[in-house]
Amino acid sequence: MAEVTLTIDNEKVSAREGQNLLQVIREQGIDLPTLCHLDGLSERGGCRLCVVEVEGSSRLAASCVTAVREDMRVTTASDRLLRYRRMLVELLFAERNHVCSVCVMNGNCELQSLATRFGVDHLRYEPLYPRLPTDASHEKYTIDHNRCVLCARCVRVCDEVEGVHTLDIMGRGVSSRIINDLNQPWRASRTCTACGKCVQVCPTGALYIKETLSAHVEKRPDLPRRIVDARKKRVWNS
Amino acid sequence: MEKKTVTIDPVTRIEGHGKITLQLDEKGHVTRARFHVTDFRGFEKLCEQRPFWEMPDITSRICGICPVSHMLASAKAGDAILGVHIPPTAHKLRRLIHWAQLVQSHALSFFHLSAPDLLLGMESDPQERNILGLVSRYPEVAKDGIRLRQVGQEIIRVLGGKSVHPSWAVPGGVRAPLEPGKLESLQALIPQAIDITERTLELYREKIEGFSGEIEHYGDFSSLYMGLVSPGGELEHYDGVLRVMDGGGKILEKGAPPENYRDIFSEGVESWSFLKFPYYKPLGPQEGLYRVGPLARLNVCDRAGTPRADRVLEEFRRWQKNGRPVSGSFHMHEARLIEILFCLEKISETLSDAHITGTHVRSHAGVNARAGVGVIEAPRGTLFHDYHVDDEGLVQEVNLVVASGHNNLAMNRTILQIARAFGNGSEITEGFLNRMEHGIRIYDPCLSCSTHVVGRHASRVELLGPSGGLLRSFEIL
Repeated sequence: MAEVTLTIDNEKVSAREGQNLLQVIREQGIDLPTLCHLDGLSERGGCRLCVVEVEGSSRLAASCVTAVREDMRVTTASDRLLRYRRMLVELLFAERNHVCSVCVMNGNCELQSLATRFGVDHLRYEPLYPRLPTDASHEKYTIDHNRCVLCARCVRVCDEVEGVHTLDIMGRGVSSRIINDLNQPWRASRTCTACGKCVQVCPTGALYIKETLSAHVEKRPDLPRRIVDARKKRVWNS
Repeated sequence: MEKKTVTIDPVTRIEGHGKITLQLDEKGHVTRARFHVTDFRGFEKLCEQRPFWEMPDITSRICGICPVSHMLASAKAGDAILGVHIPPTAHKLRRLIHWAQLVQSHALSFFHLSAPDLLLGMESDPQERNILGLVSRYPEVAKDGIRLRQVGQEIIRVLGGKSVHPSWAVPGGVRAPLEPGKLESLQALIPQAIDITERTLELYREKIEGFSGEIEHYGDFSSLYMGLVSPGGELEHYDGVLRVMDGGGKILEKGAPPENYRDIFSEGVESWSFLKFPYYKPLGPQEGLYRVGPLARLNVCDRAGTPRADRVLEEFRRWQKNGRPVSGSFHMHEARLIEILFCLEKISETLSDAHITGTHVRSHAGVNARAGVGVIEAPRGTLFHDYHVDDEGLVQEVNLVVASGHNNLAMNRTILQIARAFGNGSEITEGFLNRMEHGIRIYDPCLSCSTHVVGRHASRVELLGPSGGLLRSFEIL
């Protein structure tokens, strides 16, 4: 595969053609924040937290869905980028009902951790406080739409790794919502295998195993990578 | 140097925001006194549609002083929805954490909130009449209070993972067992705590000789008393049956199943307070006034059930007049110390139980009942959590009857009694205002878990003329 050379934060870097910017940036040891990205799943470019500045373009580019190009000049950290990332995290909090103190993922939540990283101790936007349901009809799992950030990791792992595509997204924009099959109660799904991968990759407390208490859940977001490596590379010990 | 974390919690004199109004007649005499609770929390509403599994965590956030009581009452309501018997070890562990909760909460009430009035004087300099004044004038007493509270908090921390808002009790049992390695360090806390409690009781008895006016007028009236007792009639805080006693000592309810509380009690509502006004149904809103909490519990039980507590309970009953139950709310201070002693003895006894470190601490089940009631004796009195859920366990309806609610009618009667005894109508002194506040403080009401910085105004007193117009308002430090 052809090599390309680009500049990331004023450093010359080599990459393979076809790689996306996020991969190359992370290979350089730069801790670029992400939320919808997960190793082992296809990229979505939904959360926009991995945005970078590319010289010659006035628009910010989501690095997870931007392919590397010869002579690209990329900036991963600037006041503008930090401002936007913080704004994105605040908007995620303002969009639904996130109450960390009583959430199963308190202390292990990726959204909470991003808020800590960007110093989000208050919101500058009026929260929407939407009235959203909780579906506890499944025997083992619960989906609480109040805590969902629509990263669609669950949708992708269900489709790409488990191969059943029970989960999907209905609606548009702020009204979007994760659904089972054709928007049926989870209990009624005839396609769900109850494998629980959706729960393990959910970055917040939106999907969780029943009977768990706040602050005592640790999920396994490494699961898709391990399964994909096992299938494709026959590697089981990573 | 070893890394240390020093945490200073906000210091309060009452727990939450309240307001007192006094109504005067033409001659300046107090005709009506009302204690208003002006916080609106809305927990019963915001719990709707939440899975009942979350309820112990959500409802423990009602309060920062007694989160453990809410957590346990909620978990008990959850047990009833599951329809399970929790493992015996879980039952003992829940009792253990609850006794620790009573120790720390009562210590807070006695030493941090009330001792400044009791030791420095009801009408002493308000700048000094607080925990900091106590530290400078009575350092040993202050240290004892802080240490005693620490003992309770430490047991909660070891069991629940953290001392405030532990996420530990769950429908069906508890999240984690007690590690055997922790037993010895917990047991080691008890002897000193018992010493502190016994010498504080002695000190209190010396001091109380100068408080005959307060004893007479700080809520001394005949009323009903309600509390849990064990099936054998002993002092009980976690389980048992409801007992209701009248002002003459006659038992009106001998052993009512707590889940039937709606048959016995009704809740009144007034437009001027967000706190409800429960009363004993068979006697109606006036005659059905009852008190809960340490005084009521010591009145309704036959005996405590531990050697040291039984001894001091016997001495406590010196306040009985003509064989009637102890009727002065001021004696709640002493009752709290007696309960601390009882809890410490029970903690020690339970830590010695061979099965306390058992690892089977949780029963599992689905939704087997559509409703569940959890009842517990919280530090301030009987606490009910009553949930209705759908088939999936999502909460449809919540009713919480908290201790400060049970005592609402009694608190209002108490401040009226104090206002009449100590007010002369023409002049309102700061000392008089503090007496009013102490009348509330003896019930140790937990109006919410809001906090106050030392020196900021915490409560308001309003003076209303005969037509109801505001004459003057005062803020109490």
